[in-house]
Amino acid sequence: MATEVKEGQDIRKIVRTLVQNHGDEKAELIPILQEINREMGYISDEAIKELGERMNLPSSHIYSVATFYRMLSTEPRGRHVIQFCESAPCHVAGGRLVWQRLLRELGLEKGETRQDNKWTLLTTSCLGLCGVGPVMIIDNDIYGNVTPEQVPGILSNYE
Amino acid sequence: MAYFRSHVLVSVDPVCVEKGAYDLIDTLQDEIVKQGLVDEVQVLETSRIGNPETEGIDLMVYPEAVHYTNLSLDDVPFLVEEHFLKGRVAEQYIRETKKFLDEELNAPRTKEVRIILKNIGEIDPLNIEDYIARDGYMALGKVLTEMTPEEIIQEVLDSGLRGRGGAGFPTGLKWRFIRNANGDQKFMICNADEGDPGAFANRRVLEGDPHSVIEGMIIGAYASGASQGYIYCRAEYPIAVRTMKIAIEQARNFGLLGDDILGSGFSFDLEVRMGAGAFVCGEETALMASIEGQRGEPRPRPPFPAQKGLWEKPSNINNVETYANVPQIILNGAEWFASLGYKKSTGTKTFSMAGDVKNTGLIEVPFGITLREIIYDVGGGIKEDKKFKAVQTGGPMGGCLPESLLDLHMDYEALAEAGSILGSGGLVVMDEDTCMVDIARFFMDFTQDESCGKCTPCRVGTRRILEILTRICEGKGKPGDIDTLRYLCDEINENSLCGLGKGAPNPVKSTLEHFLDEYEAHIYEKRCPAKVCKSLIRFEIIDGLCTGCTLCARNCPVDAISGERRQTHVIDPDICIKCGICEQLCPYDAIEIK
Repeated sequence: MATEVKEGQDIRKIVRTLVQNHGDEKAELIPILQEINREMGYISDEAIKELGERMNLPSSHIYSVATFYRMLSTEPRGRHVIQFCESAPCHVAGGRLVWQRLLRELGLEKGETRQDNKWTLLTTSCLGLCGVGPVMIIDNDIYGNVTPEQVPGILSNYE
Repeated sequence: MAYFRSHVLVSVDPVCVEKGAYDLIDTLQDEIVKQGLVDEVQVLETSRIGNPETEGIDLMVYPEAVHYTNLSLDDVPFLVEEHFLKGRVAEQYIRETKKFLDEELNAPRTKEVRIILKNIGEIDPLNIEDYIARDGYMALGKVLTEMTPEEIIQEVLDSGLRGRGGAGFPTGLKWRFIRNANGDQKFMICNADEGDPGAFANRRVLEGDPHSVIEGMIIGAYASGASQGYIYCRAEYPIAVRTMKIAIEQARNFGLLGDDILGSGFSFDLEVRMGAGAFVCGEETALMASIEGQRGEPRPRPPFPAQKGLWEKPSNINNVETYANVPQIILNGAEWFASLGYKKSTGTKTFSMAGDVKNTGLIEVPFGITLREIIYDVGGGIKEDKKFKAVQTGGPMGGCLPESLLDLHMDYEALAEAGSILGSGGLVVMDEDTCMVDIARFFMDFTQDESCGKCTPCRVGTRRILEILTRICEGKGKPGDIDTLRYLCDEINENSLCGLGKGAPNPVKSTLEHFLDEYEAHIYEKRCPAKVCKSLIRFEIIDGLCTGCTLCARNCPVDAISGERRQTHVIDPDICIKCGICEQLCPYDAIEIK
């Protein structure tokens, strides 16, 4: 399909520019993958293939790196990504009830993306904001001291 | 060489030159001659030191590091007279520094001693001048001009400084190893991959006092002969990454990084590398693999990083807090540092307090303080004045310590003996409402998720433990489970490759030791004493307290509650999902968990 070809060209352009800016040293692989992830929401097979050619690395190596790190995704994600801190301090501070409320409000399980593509629900490792736990991040917004009752209100801020 | 009492550095970047920087220098010199200070005050040119947006010209006066901004030629006579003749700072030309607002860092409490945190909240971390004004980079100047690398190493050794990342290895010894290693290039690495849940001391230092880390690294590099450094910071800390990048740039502009630092002939440069969300990258060999662009998997040691580290070159890795201690040791002397602390643990340690304690946040206390002092005197006690149950120290690989160990003196050895670790200084305080089996399950869930999968004991073992703990929490525990858990804990600890696997069983081991009765209640009586484990509790409405207000019934997400208005309601246990909403909402405390 036409749109797919266009997407492919875009991906290749993004990857090419990134490799130009960062250089093709192997040490730049993770920084580049992070930027691809940020710009495209995830790291597609096509991006991996293009990156392999540009950096002279086997796709298998790139795939193994991309799937190793939690912040890199090889699956498409929803418009808004919720990252809920699942660390002990947040858990102890009442995070469990907030998490259960989130699951119920969204109708999702951990790691899932909703069918309408609006939400992806992820957990994150400690954000170091333990003084104000429970903590969650929606896109780039940080919410601290979250209570179960606040959850619907917070979610309604997002289109 | 002539000795000057004061050095005036005038900014002569293109913007300031355009605004008449050279005219200002001429006027300054005329004025200095007029006041008879030629032999005492020296005027120098420097690159940009201030905000180019201002109308006037900026200058810095050293050694007191006073930053005057927005000066015009007319201000010069007064300034020279005030500052250099009368020795008073001309307040009206001092730039207002933006104080860093901070809620996490409370005012120091009794029993706190702040070395690492001394600047945080006091300076603008985005302005190198603020750091310099508080003796910043003075230690660097001292080592480059007065000390040999071997003298630095000896000073750090004498101070007794040990790795603040948790392992507690003597820092000076590490530096000596890399100094003595053969290699054309050596690397200085800062481990800022503070992944332990509940620990955020490193983040606050990186964000609040970035130059203390940079200065410590430069001193370390000079002592060990490294020419390039990396700060590996986790991506969960975007503000820390940004702050460090700005700080490095500023240090470079000041000639404190790069070629020929402060004219000493020593060159060293720094770069920030960002993690991508892998807990195991806090392990030093995994961290180096990640900088190289690989999967962050640990490898066996030896060879140790001091022999073969980053790109197979001799490398030194220290924690953020370790580096931040170094300038203070150089400035105040090893003896001063060693006088703080307890037994073999000198200096102070930051702890990130979280959980059910009144004052959460970051504290810095000398080693040797007891857990009780930390929790009750510094932390203010348990929230809602509930009963203390346990404190988990050192992150997910630490143990849970009960009330009987509260008088433990905090140091590396005592904690290890108690079955826990100092780790990166996380303290999670738990009150009586915490189920220790659930907590053990929780930590195991974390480590089994973060296990990189390279070695079998850790990959498979943590999963097996998690399965058993989950079963116990679901009321499906069986006789023999406790023995199996103990066996698995020992095997994983003995046979895993890196610290993650070796430490993973600690939460289970320590809870088995100190809270065995809770495990037994779950397994044999199918009861959760703390009333946390869903499968082992049920919600009931107490006849007599319930007024029939219908609030619970209206809010129950699964319609499990029925009853007429003004009549006692009933929960159908077959429908109830035990979400606890009714219990939270009930204004009459009529809902009981059994």
